[in-house]
Amino acid sequence: MKIKALTAVAAILLSVPAFVAADEDAELIVNGDTELVTRTAAPAHLEGAMDEVLSGWRFRADETQSLQADDFDNPGMIFVDQGMDDWNKVEGSEGKSCASCHGDVEDGMAGVRAVYPKWNETAGEVRTIAQMVNECREDRMGAEKLGYTSAKMARMEALISVQSRGMPVDVAIDGPAAEMWEKGKEMFYTRTGQLELSCANCHEDNYGNNIRSDHLSQGQINGFPVYRLKNSKLTTPHGRFKGCVRDTRAETYKAGGEDFIALELYVASRGNGLSVEGVSVRN
Amino acid sequence: MASGVKPRVKAPKKAAAGETVTIKTLISHKMESGQRKDGDGNVIPRSIIHRFTCDFNGQNVIDVNMEAAISTNPYFQFEAMIPEAGDMVFTWYDDDGDVYSTTKSVAIG
Amino acid sequence: MEFSRRDTLVLGLGAAVATVLPLRAFAAADEAIATFTGGAEAGAGGITLTAPEIAENGNTVPIEVSAPGAVSIIVLAGGNPTPGVATFNFGPLAGDQSASTRIRLAGTQDVIAIAKMADGSFVKAASTVKVTIGGCGG
Repeated sequence: MKIKALTAVAAILLSVPAFVAADEDAELIVNGDTELVTRTAAPAHLEGAMDEVLSGWRFRADETQSLQADDFDNPGMIFVDQGMDDWNKVEGSEGKSCASCHGDVEDGMAGVRAVYPKWNETAGEVRTIAQMVNECREDRMGAEKLGYTSAKMARMEALISVQSRGMPVDVAIDGPAAEMWEKGKEMFYTRTGQLELSCANCHEDNYGNNIRSDHLSQGQINGFPVYRLKNSKLTTPHGRFKGCVRDTRAETYKAGGEDFIALELYVASRGNGLSVEGVSVRN
Repeated sequence: MASGVKPRVKAPKKAAAGETVTIKTLISHKMESGQRKDGDGNVIPRSIIHRFTCDFNGQNVIDVNMEAAISTNPYFQFEAMIPEAGDMVFTWYDDDGDVYSTTKSVAIG
Repeated sequence: MEFSRRDTLVLGLGAAVATVLPLRAFAAADEAIATFTGGAEAGAGGITLTAPEIAENGNTVPIEVSAPGAVSIIVLAGGNPTPGVATFNFGPLAGDQSASTRIRLAGTQDVIAIAKMADGSFVKAASTVKVTIGGCGG
């Protein structure tokens, strides 16, 4: 009895038509010179599911969209500044900073964000940027790990993301990464929680519709880390996944755990072709 | 000292004498409004930046009284008139007594 | 969803409280206005307040105020727990009498801007901003 009622409630919530002003044809050009692809043909593996992939940017109101058009207006960029300070800061027993080995972040991290999560041959597993940062810190800097979804990690991810801004997301889904990718795909399409919702129920079947007063996006992560207006700070993919799963009233997974890494790989691949936005602004 | 407070200012490096230029300022600050409660139900006390000033060569451009309704990471955009070369000083005053400041030099050219 | 009697009662009371609150809040805004103008009447025209019609998130609502020739402009949020938002005082080197900022709005309400002009008169502008809340916050 109860389950039917909840499904009915969910169905009503999902059917409210969109009313928040969003310019369907707007383009995202940052600082007047960097054009970001926010809408493109869906990658091959999505054939039959979706024709087009759309960045979360396209689903936001005009005022939110315009915040991303200028690196000064973008409130997330101040965290990139702080990330830059961290990049050059010596930490740990080995007396090194990120810069000691990687040099200038513009050179050392160019193109990195666009291809992560990625199979790491030495480690024998799929790795995320956060995991690589922590590995460097522990093994090579002799410094303490950063909390996986902590503010410090978020701003480091933001700094690294900016170095791939404008580049198309291009994560590998075949070869050694295939197993994790399949796992992530299964998670995406599996209903979970008291509300029995899968990621796809909202982000594939209902993007463009409203859930209460929120405009549903495709759930792409090309813009991550994201400055959320809701709490005025940066959010990382696993931080966001945690909340989404919890909102289906399921017990949520651990940030940095295998489930979310698989999901991150799969969700990232759904956005192959969209530009890395290097600190996006969302709701 | 409120931790992690970092100012960020966008001002032109050069201007013509007498030109009006656009200034943008941002500072990372929580702006704790005094409306929130902690896990135990106790009100988290207000702790905000309550004043922002911009002066050029000692003359005031703008002086803003700020209340708790200014968003986290306060942002301001305004116009300044540049009569001559000099220094633009930006100052933020925190409830906790701290004062944050940054200076940008503007040349005439 | 099944509501217990307790739930229904609490919901009912909540709705009643919500109807009463705004009246008190607007009274506080009137007080703040009176303090700024010293009780003088504020006319219309000569001041522009730009705010979105629908704010996607109440935490960060961009607004702009402009009143050519003003000495200062006060901004108030009629429906916030405390109405004060900011007072912009323009100095001798202000390029014009305008300013933009981002504000917090607790809910749908009127944002009010009053400018004090150089001759001591006051002009006022107001804008209703709908603040949306809810959805899958995450």
